[in-house]
Amino acid sequence: MTRLFPKPDETNTPVKPVSCRERPVLKERGQHEVFCGLTGIMWLHRKIQDAFFLIVGSRTCAHLMQSAAGVMIFAEPRFATAIMEERDLAGLADMHDELDAVVEKLLARRPEIRLLFLVGSCPSEVIKLDLGRAAERLSTRHNPGVRILNYSGSGIETTFTQGEDACLASLVPTLPAEPVGAPPALMVVGALADVVEDQFTRLFEQMGLGHVRFLPARLADDMPPVGPNTHYLLAQPFLTDTARALEDRGAQIIQAPFPLGAQGTHGWLKEAADTFGVPQSVFDKAVQAPMQRAQRAVALHRERLEGKSAFLFPDSQLEIPMARFLHQELGMELTEVGTPYLNKRLLTHDLNALPDHVTVSEGQDVDEQLERCRSLKPDLTVCGLGLANPLEVEGLTTKWSIELVFTPVQGFEQSGDLAELFARPLNRRTRLAV
Amino acid sequence: MQLTVWTYEGPPHVGAMRVATAMTDVHYVLHAPQGDTYADLLFTMIERRKKRPPVTYTTFQARDLGADTSELFMDAARDAQKRFNPAAMIVGASCTGELIQDDPGGLSKTLGLPVPVIPLELPSYSKKENWGAAETFYQICRVIAPHGPDKQDHGVPVCNIIGPTALGFRHRDDVREIVGLLERLGITVNVVAPLDASAHDILALKQADFNVCLYPENGKIACDWLKRTFRQDYTKTVPIGVGATQDFVREVCALAGFDEAHAEAYLKEQESRLPWYSRSIDSTYLTGKRVFIFGDATHVIAAARVARFEMGYEVVGMGTYSREFARDVRDAAKTYGVEALITDDYLEVEAAVQALQPELVLGSQMERHIAKRLGMPCAVISSPVHVQDFPARYSPQMGFEGANVLFDTFVHPLTMGLEEHLLHMFRDDFEFNDEAGPSHLNHGGGHKKPEAETETTPASPTEDALIWAMDAEKELKKIPFFVRGKARRNTEKFAADQGLWEITMETLYEAKSHFSR
Repeated sequence: MTRLFPKPDETNTPVKPVSCRERPVLKERGQHEVFCGLTGIMWLHRKIQDAFFLIVGSRTCAHLMQSAAGVMIFAEPRFATAIMEERDLAGLADMHDELDAVVEKLLARRPEIRLLFLVGSCPSEVIKLDLGRAAERLSTRHNPGVRILNYSGSGIETTFTQGEDACLASLVPTLPAEPVGAPPALMVVGALADVVEDQFTRLFEQMGLGHVRFLPARLADDMPPVGPNTHYLLAQPFLTDTARALEDRGAQIIQAPFPLGAQGTHGWLKEAADTFGVPQSVFDKAVQAPMQRAQRAVALHRERLEGKSAFLFPDSQLEIPMARFLHQELGMELTEVGTPYLNKRLLTHDLNALPDHVTVSEGQDVDEQLERCRSLKPDLTVCGLGLANPLEVEGLTTKWSIELVFTPVQGFEQSGDLAELFARPLNRRTRLAV
Repeated sequence: MQLTVWTYEGPPHVGAMRVATAMTDVHYVLHAPQGDTYADLLFTMIERRKKRPPVTYTTFQARDLGADTSELFMDAARDAQKRFNPAAMIVGASCTGELIQDDPGGLSKTLGLPVPVIPLELPSYSKKENWGAAETFYQICRVIAPHGPDKQDHGVPVCNIIGPTALGFRHRDDVREIVGLLERLGITVNVVAPLDASAHDILALKQADFNVCLYPENGKIACDWLKRTFRQDYTKTVPIGVGATQDFVREVCALAGFDEAHAEAYLKEQESRLPWYSRSIDSTYLTGKRVFIFGDATHVIAAARVARFEMGYEVVGMGTYSREFARDVRDAAKTYGVEALITDDYLEVEAAVQALQPELVLGSQMERHIAKRLGMPCAVISSPVHVQDFPARYSPQMGFEGANVLFDTFVHPLTMGLEEHLLHMFRDDFEFNDEAGPSHLNHGGGHKKPEAETETTPASPTEDALIWAMDAEKELKKIPFFVRGKARRNTEKFAADQGLWEITMETLYEAKSHFSR
């Protein structure tokens, strides 16, 4: 990486962690209307182009995958389920032998696969099937052609996006070490759409940060190196375990707001730029045009959304930064913002930007939460697919939260699209006269 | 351990959900981890139901496993009863719940809830969705039905309709069609269940003289039990297609105690458009179209009969994922001189389709994807379903109107009769070339990917080594695109069998005559 600017340690401004303002959090325990971590495979298998995800689970897991995927978009996707059967559980078959045979069959069918994830599920976790051991054994057998890792996407341990966290955390120990005396490097962590990644790469280049690396990389053999000179910037808020694993390898966090909307993206880029001592003028020059484009695009929708109230059900852990965007950039009134899990350290910037009167809830008791939502009658309810249509029938306007995960929404150029996702349901309501 | 990409059926507790959701006042408490709630979206999104499924998930987590998950279940059951006040509750476990062996049935007994509680044992690691639905409905009948008032004489024949559920393939419309048919025959429909039935309706099941088993996959276990317990016989014919509907009318008339003349008089009045449309000369081009059929047993058996005897197609392959009804499908397949494919592995189905190269695939959403990939026309006739299988319009599969729907369904994906001639005549015209697909199927731009079949058909090494002479290759191009792939394949197979290295025009026509039917 060409050094245009002083290294962070030469700027003599040690990074002080930003801390989270005190605020009450409503913690709930009850029925959770959320996906399990397996669902993350839906975008991860598209992101890492030579990786395959083998769920070791039940028919329910396989059924979830095809139901949640909007059903069978790809004739033969890079994921599958090894369905455990009665004979496996009854001990009539050795589960590890069975798994080896399944992997053998799979790899014979898909010779282009370089990285295989064995993904644990609720049933495999409950019976304590040791997938770590299986991954080790299979790695030796298929070395060097295929690397085999494991993580758990089970519903008893993970919700929805935590599956990506678990996946990336399993990758971190396998990342190459950065060379001794390597210059400080920036690593962006969290799966982003390729188009978004390319936009960020260009922006960083214009700031003189020419060799930004992304985790996950698009190819298994192209994963970024890590070490004490790695500064990592989270692109997704749900990467608690990945962050910890990176820090175990010496990497340092760049605390930032998440790159949603014009302001979010600006803040996110700025924290990175400051860490690397990018001069203000260089930074401004790089972001000025796209920032203005983003603001213009968001303003178009602000008109329709300003002053409208919003209620967010927990889904992807993107709720806190989304709420910040709705409040700060679209002028919406927040009522309740739910999240399946709240990591205050990673969300400090976004959480601090929420007004005090907003209820932040963690976990879920869906029936209780529905009652709160009904009594608040928000103008817009952001919720999962299981709840949206029934709430529409009750007269609430809803936005399915899963679209916020499956659509490229990060960065300046997507800010308008993101605002439009929230404006569309309200727009639709006003259009229809039936 | 079974390697699976896509699955035809969900786990059995999803079958139980289909029954609970179909009914109006039954609540299901499911001992399950978070994530299993995904199944709600099948009902709220795919079927566009207006209410959440009446299901409470206990949502146990890893940290609960060491502690008390049974306490969690009891709390959930107690709360659900209080909150939803159902007329009856069913309790059970999902695949993970089954492994922790908390015995939801036993636990709910100790709760002393003020409603009937029906425990379910649905083995997730050996059984599947349709069986789960059938077993659940049977258990509901077994617990509730005996408590109904004794059967009275109603003066007219009375029947129940058994089997329709939530998320079923066209169940909503089939029920309307068959209720209408029965009523016009002078038969009173007492209860339809489980679809739109209340627990109270289950009490009234006894009142019927016989049952109409509309969907054996979901209703046969209950029908057998009702027969044993209340001596109610049930129908064996599923009224899909003209012939089957006629047989069904005769069967219900016999069960209702009507004489044959009653059935025949009714049938004489009925007007289905299918027979005439099939005999109209425009349909000549349908003759002997090679069709492959796959889906649940009921719809496959019915579709094969319609395809062969009512449309004049040739059934070149058929099969089912309904293992419980494998024998019925095998028997039916014999009628058409083919061997039934019994599997729930979609890759096997794909291999069969690829090998058979049918001109039309009738199947589920899975076969629709297979056919799309192989560039073949396809119509959906069975579950598994997707949102487009719940059309806004009235679109039954059963009864005489259902037969009309089937005619359209089986014809729509194909190139229409006259159009086929035109495509041939104008094949060299730059606008009307033979790579343009059927005009009623919008492929965008009118240029279908040509030769899709040959691209995706892995040739055997011997066939690989064959050389096409220039004149033969040119002649092959004159064959309409939608049969060209098959012609190429057949010719290559013929040449390989004959030990030929080069395919000349002569070979092409030799092969054509060899394979002509």
